[in-house]
Amino acid sequence: MVASRGHNTNPARIPALGLRILALILISIMLMYLDHRENHLDGIRRAIGAAVYPVRVVVDAPVRLWKWLGESTTSRNQLELELGRLRAERLLTNARLQRLTALEAENARLRALLDARTTVRDEVRVAEIMAVDANPYEHNLIIDIGSGEGVYDGQAIVDADGVVGQVIKTGIMTAEAVLISDTDHALPVEVNRNGLRTIAVGTGEIDRLDLPFLPNNADIRAGDLLVTSGLGGAFPAGYPVAVVASVTRIPQEPFADVTATPSAALDQVREVMLIWSAPAVTEEATE
Amino acid sequence: MSGDRASRRLPVIITLVVGLMLTIMPLPDAAEPFRPDWMALLVIFWAMQLPRTWSVGSAWIVGLVLDVSSGTLIGQHALALCLVTFATVRFHLLMRVFPLSQLSATIFALLAMYQFILYWVNGVAGVSAPSVVYWAPVITGTLIWPFLYMFLSGVRYRPQSRR
Repeated sequence: MVASRGHNTNPARIPALGLRILALILISIMLMYLDHRENHLDGIRRAIGAAVYPVRVVVDAPVRLWKWLGESTTSRNQLELELGRLRAERLLTNARLQRLTALEAENARLRALLDARTTVRDEVRVAEIMAVDANPYEHNLIIDIGSGEGVYDGQAIVDADGVVGQVIKTGIMTAEAVLISDTDHALPVEVNRNGLRTIAVGTGEIDRLDLPFLPNNADIRAGDLLVTSGLGGAFPAGYPVAVVASVTRIPQEPFADVTATPSAALDQVREVMLIWSAPAVTEEATE
Repeated sequence: MSGDRASRRLPVIITLVVGLMLTIMPLPDAAEPFRPDWMALLVIFWAMQLPRTWSVGSAWIVGLVLDVSSGTLIGQHALALCLVTFATVRFHLLMRVFPLSQLSATIFALLAMYQFILYWVNGVAGVSAPSVVYWAPVITGTLIWPFLYMFLSGVRYRPQSRR
């Protein structure tokens, strides 16, 4: 067998492929079934994912280098402008934050009076998106921290403007996340103005979400802010998701045709925040 | 013998790693659907050139890596790649003597088969069906094949000519 490897001319020497291919087909189908029905294959995925990690890093490197070059060659003038803008922004945010602290305290007090569950502040961590993608038909992204840092499946990801998506597969050093605009993603939201609850479904277009389950008489209009309702359990409540772009009421249809524009710039983000939502603590703790 | 095998295997591994990089490299949104199936092309090439050392098993393992890096079901690309390899190994003698036009037609058929298996598994698993542009890699792959073939032939024969 080994000796025959050198000579490539005799077709009869090719090992019996029929049996082997049959076995591989069966194994593949079994693996796909296991992977699809239940998540028994996380271990395999993680092991191969760790092997793929260096490749991802190498692919990501030029983009990182380009960004770094861009940053280190910006002119002083531009930097000063940027600094001024950031200072102004910080001042504004700080002012708002002062009010927020007071409001949070007041909120906790009122909730205590109502004997309701207190909401605990969420812990966040910044992650960078790796410039790799492999599947053009899914809106997903890969971030540079994984289960080694405590990332878990289903974890919510936001950026400065709103919800970006959630983690679907965690590796040791990387994690894969699905964007809210993916066609397979649905997110429980509520209208910030009146608390109307519904579901925002991805459309496959990066700048559009659908709200397919709103009846024609629902109180919703263009410009309404949609925030996470926290009902699905995956996302903490109160993060902005999208702004309603258009509401078309078709009399003969049971549901109105409502579309929304995601608040987060889904195709432009480079840094995102992962949220560890603290478990809701019941009132006994504060007594 | 083992040194000979190692020198044979190294170019295969290097081209596969580069192929994986090309597969996960970010492209502009407009060009994204037209990205050729690099791994399928490489697997076809090596199955044609080394039908004994490069068998369905190796293609299957490459497929598993591809599954994880592209986040599909584990086994999906593996199944497609090992079937493509099977067909290639079966016809590798014919494919070696084919003129370019017939070879291109064969490559087209193999890539279409690859894409179809992925499509079919997606359908069974309930992944929403993509548009007609899904089949674009078959065409770009066929177009790019002659260049890839020339390039890889160079890679393949260099270690042997040096000895």
